[in-house]
Amino acid sequence: MIHTPHIDWFSIVPILVLLGASFVALLSAVLVPAAWRRPFAVAVAAAGSTGALVTAVWLYVDSANGHLVIADAFYRDRWTALSQVIILAITLATALVGAEHVRAHESEFYALLLASAAGMAFFVGAANLMTMFLSLEWFSIALYVMCAIDYDVEGSLEAGLKYLVIGSFGSAALLFGSALVYGSTNHIGFAQIAASASSHDLLLVLGLAMIIAGLAFKSSSAPFHMWTPDVYQGAPTTVTAFMSSATKVAAFALTFRIVRTAFPQEEHLWSWAFAGIAVASLVVGNLAALVQKDVKRMLAYSSVSHAGFILIGLSAGSALGGRALMYYLIPYSAMAFGSFAIVAVRERELGTAVTLDNLAGFGWERPFLGVAMWFFMFGFAGLPLGGGFVGKFYVLSAAYDHGWTWLVIVGVIATLVSLYYYLGVVRAIYMRPSAELLVAGGSPPREVLLQIAVGAAFVVSAGSLFAVSPLVTLARHAASALPF
Amino acid sequence: MTTSSITSLLIWLPVAAAIAIWILPLSRYATGSLAVLVSLVEVGFWIEQAARFDFGKHGLQFSQDAPWIKDLHVSYHVGEYAFSLWLVGLTVIAMAACTGYGFWVGRDRPRAYFGLMLLLTGATVGVFVAQDMLLFYAFFEAMLIPLYILIGVWGGAGRMGATIKLLIYTMAGSLIMLAAIVVYGLKVGTFDLVDAPTSTSRWLFLGFMLAFAIKAPIFPFHGWLPDAYREAPPEVTAVLSGVIAKAGTYGMLRIVLTKFPEPSSYYRTLVLALGAAALVYGSVLAFRAADFRGVVAYSSMAQSGLITIGLFAGTNLGYDGAVLQMVAHGLVSCALFLVAGTVERRTTTGDFLRLGGMAKGRPALATLLMTLGIISLAVPGSAAFAGEFLILAGSYQRAWWWAVIGASGIVLAAMYMLRLISAVLHEARGPSVQDEALDLRPGELALVVPLVAALLVLSAWPAGISHHSFAGDAPVQAVQVQFR
Repeated sequence: MIHTPHIDWFSIVPILVLLGASFVALLSAVLVPAAWRRPFAVAVAAAGSTGALVTAVWLYVDSANGHLVIADAFYRDRWTALSQVIILAITLATALVGAEHVRAHESEFYALLLASAAGMAFFVGAANLMTMFLSLEWFSIALYVMCAIDYDVEGSLEAGLKYLVIGSFGSAALLFGSALVYGSTNHIGFAQIAASASSHDLLLVLGLAMIIAGLAFKSSSAPFHMWTPDVYQGAPTTVTAFMSSATKVAAFALTFRIVRTAFPQEEHLWSWAFAGIAVASLVVGNLAALVQKDVKRMLAYSSVSHAGFILIGLSAGSALGGRALMYYLIPYSAMAFGSFAIVAVRERELGTAVTLDNLAGFGWERPFLGVAMWFFMFGFAGLPLGGGFVGKFYVLSAAYDHGWTWLVIVGVIATLVSLYYYLGVVRAIYMRPSAELLVAGGSPPREVLLQIAVGAAFVVSAGSLFAVSPLVTLARHAASALPF
Repeated sequence: MTTSSITSLLIWLPVAAAIAIWILPLSRYATGSLAVLVSLVEVGFWIEQAARFDFGKHGLQFSQDAPWIKDLHVSYHVGEYAFSLWLVGLTVIAMAACTGYGFWVGRDRPRAYFGLMLLLTGATVGVFVAQDMLLFYAFFEAMLIPLYILIGVWGGAGRMGATIKLLIYTMAGSLIMLAAIVVYGLKVGTFDLVDAPTSTSRWLFLGFMLAFAIKAPIFPFHGWLPDAYREAPPEVTAVLSGVIAKAGTYGMLRIVLTKFPEPSSYYRTLVLALGAAALVYGSVLAFRAADFRGVVAYSSMAQSGLITIGLFAGTNLGYDGAVLQMVAHGLVSCALFLVAGTVERRTTTGDFLRLGGMAKGRPALATLLMTLGIISLAVPGSAAFAGEFLILAGSYQRAWWWAVIGASGIVLAAMYMLRLISAVLHEARGPSVQDEALDLRPGELALVVPLVAALLVLSAWPAGISHHSFAGDAPVQAVQVQFR
């Protein structure tokens, strides 16, 4: 008889809900008539992600004492639950934006979206090297296909292929690193690795380095970011919006968990490694973003630079760093998602890639989206117009608390540089006279669902400035699930 | 309503009104009226507050304290000292006049414009009442956001370069201040300005001082000034020089001098020298400037230098004079820029070569400009004379040569103001001055005359401010003890 472990079904309900919804969405491709397919798939995706979101919130409330479930393969704790909540909120918003912006293959698109969200929701709770790798591949493969889903568009296909090749390289690094760590410690569980690791084992250190590199590919931190601008630019903008926010949340949440749980003895190594990657990301992201004309590319580099800021919090390695990380992710993902969604609107309006030049006058033509874009750009730049400001303050505080004043200075200089390109967008949407309207004709589509999604992102990013304490309390409870 | 909440009301009423203006589809006329009404209500609230203010009492009044970011001990702490009361008064009065000016000239895109003016009002009041470093920083930065758009959208032909310069300069200073705030706040364990103990760190002193020196601006940090003052719409320039620049000198008084006494005296000579350089160099540039706004712009820089001298003299008279001069110069330069705006509206230029002879047939304009010029060049009996005399007397107590340099600045002031008056009002009629150009209209008089009236009141009773700024006759002691 095969011994089966006890399964805490409730701990994986969000994932099961997503998978169920994904299944239904996929079946709709053959069972639902073409005319009904889009609304049906959107409804399924929205319902699935809402259901999963609700259960994730429930799990957060109900998992005050974090513990391992399912044969010690999955963490049921607040760190998992809070990351899931953020990811699922983004998924829901993506479903809304996609309703008006996915051009074809709606059923498949939503099936993949839900599947990758399920993968991420599993990934952030992974408790051993095996579940980590499997769930990473799980959501990555779904994303590869989503990037290439507009396969009649050259850029989309190229993005999918590029992401596949480079992403596989990252996965290979992660897998190789995992093997080395296993070889060194004889364990795959994070907690057991920490218990049995000897601190000066070269194999273990090498394995750790490769795991960090593999995860840095996913979070698009320099120097592992080469795919980011091309993929973000080429992928359908809805997918880019999802990737730039949800993937980052998943990757950073797991990165912090694995280094804290499995490699606490190596803190002196990984905190320097993260600091190094942070500086590299800030330098590369900011300098490259300065010269971009294409807005999606510019935002891609800006996401690299924000990875740098988040890594400043990570490198502190402390509970404060964990809080800073979780807090930062909330307004950041709202702003990243919202700004890409707005780019999607302009892209459809013009039927061509959005550049700083053809954004001219956008703010006056679409007042609400213009104000939202203005808000997101200033928020990204760390001006006190949203939670981005407090997020920066938090990560810099964590760095100072760790004794790294130099990293505070680096962060401040990076913010100053970043101003130039964020203001470039604001300048374009408000201060340039709009050239003759290139719009094909008629008034622009209403895009109600998209406006709702952008409105929600707006509310989150603005609200997180005022509701700092409640959000930080959530983040503190989440971070307290990790060993410090 | 408790008395304490008036302070918060002064900040948030205009912000709420701005949001209402953006949301409600009001007509141009309704929007402008609402904005002017709200700015007048602000003045009313301030008068109410001034009437209830206890000038003999030490410590903070009308204060309100609520946690904002609990785990880092950041709070929403607002309140007023006597000198902050005067600066808040300056803000609300100047903003009311400038908002009214915007209404009078009928700015394009009224909803965006008036919303931003109100936002600017709220943020500026916030700077003067914030008693928490991070909150202060947030308002300090928040002022820039509306300013950037106001100049960038409604400014002159060279507005793009002007806005970028303004933002990069001031953000460079304030981001360094953010780093200083993080370090200082975490080191002493609180971000509260009242509770935070003094520090002896010279690096922190420089971090704060740089931000304020750029904002004021004093030599050699004035690179942003000429472009911004020339390209902004006149009423925005009026706010910029009359009110926003005072945030720099206010910061020196509220944070630098009170929290860093030892570094302040260590760097005293340097700061006094830079202030003196700003005074002399600014005055010379004002004398050489070729246009109306150029003269007033550089004279503002000179006055910032003089105020800095008064503050860093570190004597009772110096402090009293500096506060009086902040208010007096704020009103003078605000009124002068508004008059410059009215002249530009009539002649389309501020260039002295194209102006001249405007006094003939325009008695109201001539009288107002003459009165303002006379106050501005510190004729005995005027408010500016009282302020400058106190500053000179105070700096004489530090060392006689500071008073000599200061006095030379006043001589120069007479030279450039008289040159301005004669170039605009007298001399031969310039090519741009048409006979049809009307005298000031009642609407314009209604905006400028109250400012002049306030100045005349101050001229009659300068002690109203100079004896009512530090709860007693010993500002030095107040700065050393009271604000901690």
